[in-house]
Amino acid sequence: MNMAIRVYLLLFLALSYSYTAFSLYEDQVGLMDWHQQYIGKVKHAVFHTQKAARKRVVVSTEENVVSSLDLRHGEIFWRHVLAPSDVIDQIDIALGKYVITLSSGGSILRAWNLPDGQMVWESTLPGPKASKPLLLVPTNLKIGRENVMFVYGNGFIHAISSIDGEVIWKKELASEGINIQQLIYTDGSDTISAVGFVGTHRFGTYILHAKSGELLKYKSMEFASGFSGDLSLVTDDTAVAIDSVGTSLVTIQFHDGLISFHQTRLSHLIQNFRRAAVISPSNIPGVFILGTDNSVTLIKVLSRGELKVVEELGHATAVSDALFLPGGQQAFALVQHRDGKILLTVKLDSDDGTSNLLEETIHLDNQRGKVQKVFVNTYVRVDRSNGFRVLIVMEDDSLFLLQQGEIVWSREDGLASIVDVKPAELPVEKDGVSVAKVENNLFELLKGHLLKLKGTLMIATPDDVTAIQKMRLQSSGKSKMTRDRNGFRKLLIVLTRAGKLFALHTGDGRIVWSRLLKTLRKSETCQSPRGISLHQWQDPHHHALDQNPSVLIVGRCGDSLDSAGVLSIVDAYTGEERNHMEHVHSIAHIIPLSFTDSMEQRLHLLLDANRRAHLYPRTAEALDIFQRELGNIYWYSAETDEGILRGHSVQKNCVLEEADNFCFDSRDLWSIVFPSESEKIAATAIRSLNEVVHTQAKVTADQEVMYKYVSKNLLFLATVAPKAVGPIGSVTPDESSLIVYLIDTVTGRILLRVTHHGSVGPVHAVFSENWVVYHYFNLRAHRYEMSVIEIYDQARAENKDVLKLVLGTHNLTSPITAYSRPEVSTKSQSYFFAHSLKTMAVTLTAKGITSKQVLLGTIGDQVLALDKRFLDPRRTVNPTQAEKEEGIIPLTDSLPIIPQSYVTHALKVEGLRGIVTVPAKLESTTLVFAYGTDLFFTRLAPSRTYDSLTEDFSYALLLITIGALVVAIFVTWIWSEKKELQEKWR
Amino acid sequence: MDKGKAVMGSGRRWAVEFTDNSTSHSSRNIPDPPGFTRVSQEQDDSATSKQKKDAEANWKAQKAWEVAQAPVKNLFMMGFMMWMAGSTVHLFSIGITISALLQPINALRGVGKVFEPYKDNRVDLMLPKLVFIALNLVGLGLGVWKLNTLGLLPTHVSDWVSSLPPAQEVEYSGGGIPLV
Repeated sequence: MNMAIRVYLLLFLALSYSYTAFSLYEDQVGLMDWHQQYIGKVKHAVFHTQKAARKRVVVSTEENVVSSLDLRHGEIFWRHVLAPSDVIDQIDIALGKYVITLSSGGSILRAWNLPDGQMVWESTLPGPKASKPLLLVPTNLKIGRENVMFVYGNGFIHAISSIDGEVIWKKELASEGINIQQLIYTDGSDTISAVGFVGTHRFGTYILHAKSGELLKYKSMEFASGFSGDLSLVTDDTAVAIDSVGTSLVTIQFHDGLISFHQTRLSHLIQNFRRAAVISPSNIPGVFILGTDNSVTLIKVLSRGELKVVEELGHATAVSDALFLPGGQQAFALVQHRDGKILLTVKLDSDDGTSNLLEETIHLDNQRGKVQKVFVNTYVRVDRSNGFRVLIVMEDDSLFLLQQGEIVWSREDGLASIVDVKPAELPVEKDGVSVAKVENNLFELLKGHLLKLKGTLMIATPDDVTAIQKMRLQSSGKSKMTRDRNGFRKLLIVLTRAGKLFALHTGDGRIVWSRLLKTLRKSETCQSPRGISLHQWQDPHHHALDQNPSVLIVGRCGDSLDSAGVLSIVDAYTGEERNHMEHVHSIAHIIPLSFTDSMEQRLHLLLDANRRAHLYPRTAEALDIFQRELGNIYWYSAETDEGILRGHSVQKNCVLEEADNFCFDSRDLWSIVFPSESEKIAATAIRSLNEVVHTQAKVTADQEVMYKYVSKNLLFLATVAPKAVGPIGSVTPDESSLIVYLIDTVTGRILLRVTHHGSVGPVHAVFSENWVVYHYFNLRAHRYEMSVIEIYDQARAENKDVLKLVLGTHNLTSPITAYSRPEVSTKSQSYFFAHSLKTMAVTLTAKGITSKQVLLGTIGDQVLALDKRFLDPRRTVNPTQAEKEEGIIPLTDSLPIIPQSYVTHALKVEGLRGIVTVPAKLESTTLVFAYGTDLFFTRLAPSRTYDSLTEDFSYALLLITIGALVVAIFVTWIWSEKKELQEKWR
Repeated sequence: MDKGKAVMGSGRRWAVEFTDNSTSHSSRNIPDPPGFTRVSQEQDDSATSKQKKDAEANWKAQKAWEVAQAPVKNLFMMGFMMWMAGSTVHLFSIGITISALLQPINALRGVGKVFEPYKDNRVDLMLPKLVFIALNLVGLGLGVWKLNTLGLLPTHVSDWVSSLPPAQEVEYSGGGIPLV
């Protein structure tokens, strides 16, 4: 029998080694995580299509990304995300090898190497006052042996060497308060001119020597009617502007310092002209584009400043800049919408009118909206004629490359600007899977297991290894469209800034459906709509299971708090809009209530700017439920500008001109006024509404019980000294302090107030169960700190009678009210932390049993998981044996950063803005979605997957082990029988 | 040879049994050898039987007491083992505690069987049995005490509240910084 035990032990050892470790192995990357890279809505694009190099387009975007894209497939060659404060103003290509970006309002000029995106040089161009940033890169102007470019920014014009970014000369042009609008350099000349407005009634032009910067001439001239808006350059010595009344166009000619004006009434040019004309920024010599509220007009400027309408086009038309063709001609592209398709026209512009070079219709799916921008580029076809490729930016921020009437590639770059995320369940799997499929699956399964076994026993060939890796990556239906037992497969409903809703599959990150919401599109009534947030509207779990889940999208027309709101309800399975309400009351707060109606629609309370509460859904049933609970519903608002925290209760119906049963007035209950000279609200945090807490008791190693103070109505609020709101370094440690409050939002009772002297924001905080973790900067220690506060209920601590607990005659689980005086005790501790943070989140699990991890979005755009055990106020320098057994880590002054605990492993989520955690059905596991310019999704098990076998668990190995054991038992049994017999015969 | 039987093993190939165990007269057709009277042997029995039975009873009583006191040794050994095991929960201490609990329980369950061989009309087994039971109960107590020191008995508040759900709140409040 000994033999059998030995065999068993050996096999057991082999088996136990096949369990995975805590962190990820290299070959596990991509098994349960995915990463997508985006660039955002394209602002500028410069093509680089020289014969020798790979064809590419360099773009800069609203997300502050400068990137080089492959023109063949749309992939990213390289990409740089600049800081949000360092907004890119202009891009261009210099010397055919450098990408030049002008950013920060014309203060920073950088050159990036075109092939690989390395930064070559950087120049800072400081100046006294902000002005319109301008970049001009002449193709072949040399000063000495260096190619130069001109930059206007902060009131100075700079001539800068393209090679090393050295400033060759600079000249202040802001002397008379001139507002420079354009820089002009005519090829071959040695002067550069800058034109702009002085005040609103004067046009001025500077002429400088291009090589020395010497001011040759300054002329200005008064125009009686005045100007409004920007100046648009038409040719090297002609510009157009609109007069201050907005009724006529002014053509300005300034050849060689001689300024002349020519005024044309708009009503003469355009029939049915009413109002609101704007000159769209364009760059087509001789032609400019005038946009009115119902049309777009191409207008040509004739010699002596006369104007002639070339073409009148529909409202939603985008026009590209001019493209210079090899033959000295120029062309530009127009994109129009015509019955669900887009019509692309490339026009050849010559002195005697325009002619169409190309006309194509392309079918795009109807969830793209209107064309926003067009960029055109040419190539030489086989038959030596000119072909055109066109890059278009759509309303939903997506990017398309069109060539020969077809879409070459497309990018969903709207996903770079996610506003809010909500998870949704997938449909339940239907019965009746065919037998053939199962057999096939079974065979595949066995084959897979055999391969895996080979891998485990290290007898796999390289081919097998690749097959295994491929199989793991595609692993067993992780991208199926049905719910799974572990709850890993879900939909992530994502709202983007462009007002488009996407459903992403958590298995592989693909887009299941997308919808450009009608309510969030620009319309007559809603000029600048904006999506604010997403809410779970209907999430059928118990009954109403035949209903699809749906989400509520809340938006607003305009930027101010009192602008009208828009609401839509969208089916989470199909993306169809079930219901929408436009132009409702303003929306200041959205409070999802904890009640649902018989259809499992969640009741929502929307508060407007006048502190009226509006109940949704607007049904009698919902009203009935709400009326019953009316006395127990409160709300609070933190007014950051005034520094007041106010608490309100919801009262009777509001008194309006027309009766509205779903509108309720609110009454002020309490307010906390923070002294404005010393405190300013910096951050607030509340518990996640769907967080589940498993138990109210915390048991320590010495069998003591501490009762957690678990309340959904607790608010964490941090204030900093008003002076310290600025960047680090703007205050001395003595002047600044960070004050932290814990406030009960029902009664307004302050449960805790802690002052951190010498500390400043930015404050990031997470609130979970009975603890808060927050992050701030300590000026005295010159380091970031993290603190934890745990709140315990002292009133419950007396429940020490075991008999009562055994018999269940205690009142620990009976409902409690905030008006009963809570006796809380808190424990807190602070630690140094190396990173500065962008965002913070905490893991959520289905039942709240699993221990927690705090997810930190670091400044390096990575997500770091920090065990809550490190943030335990009971840590001491020398824990006792019992405390060690409980898992208390010896206290250290700083929190350790374990490289393996980076959730994002080697990847970066560029421009990280938020982290969302969603509990899976499996208690040990939580789903993490981090978004910024990039998207990243993974699964986390904070206490490891204690409730399931890991995915790469080898069932074949287990079966073989069992088989081998059975065989071993038989063999050893026979052996022992034989041996015994021999003994007896001896 | 006819009554012989070969015994396997022990190195012998065969053997003949010469002794005859049979005692009934009818089964024998050979008369008793001269000088041997079967009857006298039986009569002799009756003469010595009373004395013999007394001795046996004494012996049984003595043995029963011995058996009854046997758990004491066990107790000491258990105590020593428990002391060796320490107060932390691990495989060894749990094994010892379980054996310390199971042994008295099994012994108690088999009280009748243990004292079966010493059953006699003239022997009073009540007292030894009681002692045996008492000692085993002490052993059991020791086991339970050990279980308690290991913290495996639900005697603390913590054992009853560890999965107590948080209390529900009557009020509900929401809000925050106005959405901008």
